[in-house]
Amino acid sequence: MELRSNEPTGPIEARWDKHRFDMKLVNPANRRKYQVIVVGTGLAGGAAAAALGEQGYHVKAFCYQDSPRRAHSIAAQGGINAAKNYQNDGDSVFRLFYDTVKGGDFRARESNVYRLAQVSVNIIDQCVAQGVPFAREYSGLLANRSFGGAQVSRTFYARGQTGQQLLLGAYQALERQIDAGTVKMFPRTEMLDLIVVDGVARGIVTRDMVTGKVQAHVADVVLLATGGYGNVFFLSTNAKGCNVTASWRAHRRGAFFANPCYTQIHPTCIPVSGAFQSKLTLMSESLRNDGRVWVPKRQEDCGKDPAQIPESERDYYLERIYPSFGNLVPRDIASRRAKNMCDQGMGVGPVVDGARRGVYLDFRDAIQRLGHKAVSERYGNLFDMYERITGESPYTHPMRIYPASHYTMGGLWVDYNLMSTIPGLFVGGEANFSDHGANRLGASALMQGLADGYFVLPYTVGNYLAQVKPGAVAEDHPEVKRVVAEVEERVSRLLSIGGTRSPDSFHRELGQLIWDKCGMSRTAEGLTEALQKIPELREQFWSDLRVTGGGEELNQTLEKAGRVADFFELAELLCRDALTREESCGGHFREEFATEEGEAKRDDEHFQHVAAWQWSGDPSKPNLHQEALSFEYVKPSARSYK
Amino acid sequence: MSTINLTLHVWRQSGPNDPGGFKDYQAKGISTHASFLEMLDVVNEELAARGEEPIAFDHDCREGICGMCGMVVNGRPHGPQVETTTCQLHMRQFKDGDEVWIEPWRARSFPVIKDLVVDRSAFDRIIAAGGYISARTGSPRDANEIPIPKEASDLAFEAAACIGCGACVAACPNASAALFTAAKLAHLSLLPQGEPEQQDRVRKMVSQMDAEGFGHCTNHFECMAACPKGISVDYIAKMNRDFLKAMITARTDLPKREKQ
Amino acid sequence: MQKALTLADSTVGKKALLAVSGLVLFGFVLGHMVGNLQVFLGPEVFNGYAATLKGNLPLLWGTRIVLSVSVVTHIVMAVQLMGRSSKARPVGYRKKDNAVTSYAAITMKLSGPLLFFYIAFHIAHFTAPGLALGNYEHSTTDVYANFVSAFTIPWVTALYVIAQLLLGLHLYHGAWSLFQTLGLSHPRYDGKKRLVAQVFALLIMAGNVAMPIAVLVGVIPPAG
Ligand SMILES: Cc1cc2nc3c(=O)[nH]c(=O)nc-3n(C[C@H](O)[C@H](O)[C@H](O)COP(=O)(O)OP(=O)(O)OC[C@H]3O[C@@H](n4cnc5c(N)ncnc54)[C@H](O)[C@@H]3O)c2cc1C
Ligand code: HEM
Ligand code: FES
Repeated sequence: MELRSNEPTGPIEARWDKHRFDMKLVNPANRRKYQVIVVGTGLAGGAAAAALGEQGYHVKAFCYQDSPRRAHSIAAQGGINAAKNYQNDGDSVFRLFYDTVKGGDFRARESNVYRLAQVSVNIIDQCVAQGVPFAREYSGLLANRSFGGAQVSRTFYARGQTGQQLLLGAYQALERQIDAGTVKMFPRTEMLDLIVVDGVARGIVTRDMVTGKVQAHVADVVLLATGGYGNVFFLSTNAKGCNVTASWRAHRRGAFFANPCYTQIHPTCIPVSGAFQSKLTLMSESLRNDGRVWVPKRQEDCGKDPAQIPESERDYYLERIYPSFGNLVPRDIASRRAKNMCDQGMGVGPVVDGARRGVYLDFRDAIQRLGHKAVSERYGNLFDMYERITGESPYTHPMRIYPASHYTMGGLWVDYNLMSTIPGLFVGGEANFSDHGANRLGASALMQGLADGYFVLPYTVGNYLAQVKPGAVAEDHPEVKRVVAEVEERVSRLLSIGGTRSPDSFHRELGQLIWDKCGMSRTAEGLTEALQKIPELREQFWSDLRVTGGGEELNQTLEKAGRVADFFELAELLCRDALTREESCGGHFREEFATEEGEAKRDDEHFQHVAAWQWSGDPSKPNLHQEALSFEYVKPSARSYK
Repeated sequence: MSTINLTLHVWRQSGPNDPGGFKDYQAKGISTHASFLEMLDVVNEELAARGEEPIAFDHDCREGICGMCGMVVNGRPHGPQVETTTCQLHMRQFKDGDEVWIEPWRARSFPVIKDLVVDRSAFDRIIAAGGYISARTGSPRDANEIPIPKEASDLAFEAAACIGCGACVAACPNASAALFTAAKLAHLSLLPQGEPEQQDRVRKMVSQMDAEGFGHCTNHFECMAACPKGISVDYIAKMNRDFLKAMITARTDLPKREKQ
Repeated sequence: MQKALTLADSTVGKKALLAVSGLVLFGFVLGHMVGNLQVFLGPEVFNGYAATLKGNLPLLWGTRIVLSVSVVTHIVMAVQLMGRSSKARPVGYRKKDNAVTSYAAITMKLSGPLLFFYIAFHIAHFTAPGLALGNYEHSTTDVYANFVSAFTIPWVTALYVIAQLLLGLHLYHGAWSLFQTLGLSHPRYDGKKRLVAQVFALLIMAGNVAMPIAVLVGVIPPAG
């Protein structure tokens, strides 16, 4: 199958406008005849459901939490980018486009990225109109900050709670539609499969997480906005419930999965403190603006109280290796360097599993330079959060940080319209393979989620619907019944294994394996080993799993079991993709493909493409398809931060 | 690393129709660095190993922002630490040998689904009643066209920081949702964009809050003390003021809202 | 057709009516106390004051009507709201640890109804024909004598003192709470407002307690 991106042609600035004009429209009076399903109510899904409801479609929206307000978008701290150039510092749509393509290490589709930069401007207008309380200056105008090493101040923020405020805006718009009767909300409802009839997406099968009822919902179009798969690592900054199930089930029904190996590891998270650890907490990247990263020069000092280590015995390794960017090097580099330091035995903090995994992020100098008050104004919230978790105050002790899985650039393959390889199945937000290429810039995921939800999907979905007849498949269609039966069968299979181990224990083991072999740096050897171990472990899972309780009730163990089962299959694809991509780019670092100084070495000649995997029925033998990428406007160059 | 042992008295209720009751569990060798929910994870793993059903509790982000977690720990919603959600509560707040009572949020409007899991959809319906600014997607003006005084914007932000966890209802002697409702009203009405819908919004949301069966506010301020985001009861006074003003001055009547 | 929302349909509206009526009663008990304190100035002044009140029929009946309406409103609203509140949490906590509320606030639903019984008793006691308690004989003109003869009986004095403590308790919370209820709040004045309201509540209590005790211990003597 040939992957067609369906990008419009012509000058890049005019492509989206031209495309919007070329798209077909659904007569307003006919819209209510169409049933739209939106799975996921984070920024992407919540915004899309609200916008489509507002346009007059019949929308059913689903989420696994008890309320759409709790999607994991809520946890984003730092901010959202937009090319408003309010600070008059030379920003422009083109610059944001350029930065995103370059930041993604030339592995994204130019047309998509340009559109993202274009609509970023509308997002801020929309959010402000909804009442999102962005930070403001004393003039009453919107404030901006520079984020993640960007050279312009284009990041809009609401203290450390930007994601929360944006999501509440979308949630409120969604609730407004619910009250108006255009959207019907199904919280605590998990999508467990996709219904595809004659090659076209026609609905989903869900399980009511309170009553256990498995049910089909048919529709004329299905949108997935179910977030990323970072929880494949077990420990990540994602919410506990984040899962790949919706995407994976769609993948098994024919949607290609693109670039799964592009995962982002965030450098500033609170380190693991013991075997009980259930998740990792992100400390905003903004901390690196003032904090200095160091480890002791001598291994003997690693267990010492940091206050006892004199200046001359500290290795400020980022400042040493990258004199011009220092502590502000991109995420992947900062993460990898921290790992290297700990691998060399220079890590600090408690010994967990035989090693100290942490580096210091020290505010001593910042406090001396700016004063306690200024530091507390900037970072007070984060410091309090750190202290609640670790029991140590960053005012007196240097913070300890370590990288953690944070975001996944890979996801379901979509064309310019955000439609997957299954007609009628659209994918938005972190769940698609999206616009970030091999690495995402800080404050760009919120932008992409809202761009997809408010400004892209409402048009492209309409264009699709204009070409199909409403209500083509009924709920008693044999294929619908078949998928329902399959889901029921799978649920009862999980319940009846009768083994000894909990889903969490398998998940932890899988996560550790993936983190070791396919985390911050990867080797052919490690990946091959993982590819051999995953199927073994998966087999154990299917024979030794124990799920207590029944299917017809709230059963959190059962929910986890289903998710872990899908993570097992994804994990294999993740490693296979990583093994196949014989280059280093963005978040994907292969030790064999590095410069002498240990920096990533891209191979544009062989790998300037999207790797889109097709399910073959055997998780170990997926089919690879490639979408070649071309760069007309931003010429590929090597990233350098020295 | 130091560890502690605790005796837990946990509310177990297999479903909405089960009367439920307390069961005792021993939590042994709990690291003081673990979070409260991680402590429950450990207990649950042991229960599962014995073939017993784990304790059901809601949680998701585990970083104090999604508002999904919540249980009454030793008589305090979210436990003893101020401005801290249950997921952010850490075991160093407890001593070896402590007894810990763990109960779900208690309110008629938050019926128990199972164990510590309750149904908080009443909150969504309060928002649906009017907790928004109607801004049609795609047609707004430039964001900087309306300057908003920083002070108003900051105050609106503080009200908007609510995570909708329901601790305010759980803490209130009357199981009132006044703080939740008032916080959203304040967020929206402190901003100029929210002005046009103000009179309808306050009447609709208050009416929905009542329809859901929450109690009334008697100014104990337990809600503010329990709120993990420290949201101020000043917003309740503002809600009262705005509601009364709307009831007296609005030109048109609004229908009374009913529970859906 | 769905019913339109009215003030008394909503908890916020009901509570506002409770507060307004409470404010009227608060004003009344304040005036009542200040007036009654004249008992310390001797029978002439006190009886003169009573006669003036009674002589001014519009004032007398105006007050009685406003008070009756307030009492009825206050009680109806209080009963309705308490009913709602008790239904709002059908299953209580096994262990509940309040963080900031006051004893006065928690006992409002007790102090209120007890005050009702007290008010009924008090009106019956001092209004013609009066209650024959001990050697109390109701006089329509010598109010001072009524006052003194009532409180020379220790248990009557005790009853009144307890009632005043209850009133003090009720107002300790009620007197500032009503401002919050009516939305009269401002962060700059809230702290002071609460203090002033509570001082007033305690003053009313102190004044009202002082009178019957003064009679009992002989500081206010029988008219000679
Ligand atoms: C700690 C943290 C901080 C971040 N900070 C920033 C930042 O500062 N700036 C930035 O730009 N980005 C940030 N990001 C990234 C960004 O927040 C996310 O990428 C983005 O919000 C994802 O939005 P989404 O709508 O795609 O998915 P989500 O918000 O994750 O929503 C997923 C939705 O899908 C539903 N769902 C999932 N599976 C199922 C299923 N099987 N059935 C039914 N429903 C399902 C969920 O209920 C939920 O409603 C951060 C991420 C994290 C984890
Ligand atoms: C002299 C008599 C009384 C005075 C001066 C008085 C005064 C007040 C005041 C000022 C309030 C505060 C209103 C608010 O919080 O907004 C109040 C509340 C209340 N009153 Fe009274 N009241 C009196 C008698 C009664 C009686 C007879 C009842 C009996 C039913 C009663 C029951 C209540 C209740 C239940 C409340 C609400 C308590 C709360 O908000 O916590 N009161 N009263
Ligand atoms: S789990 Fe999200 S706030 Fe506690």
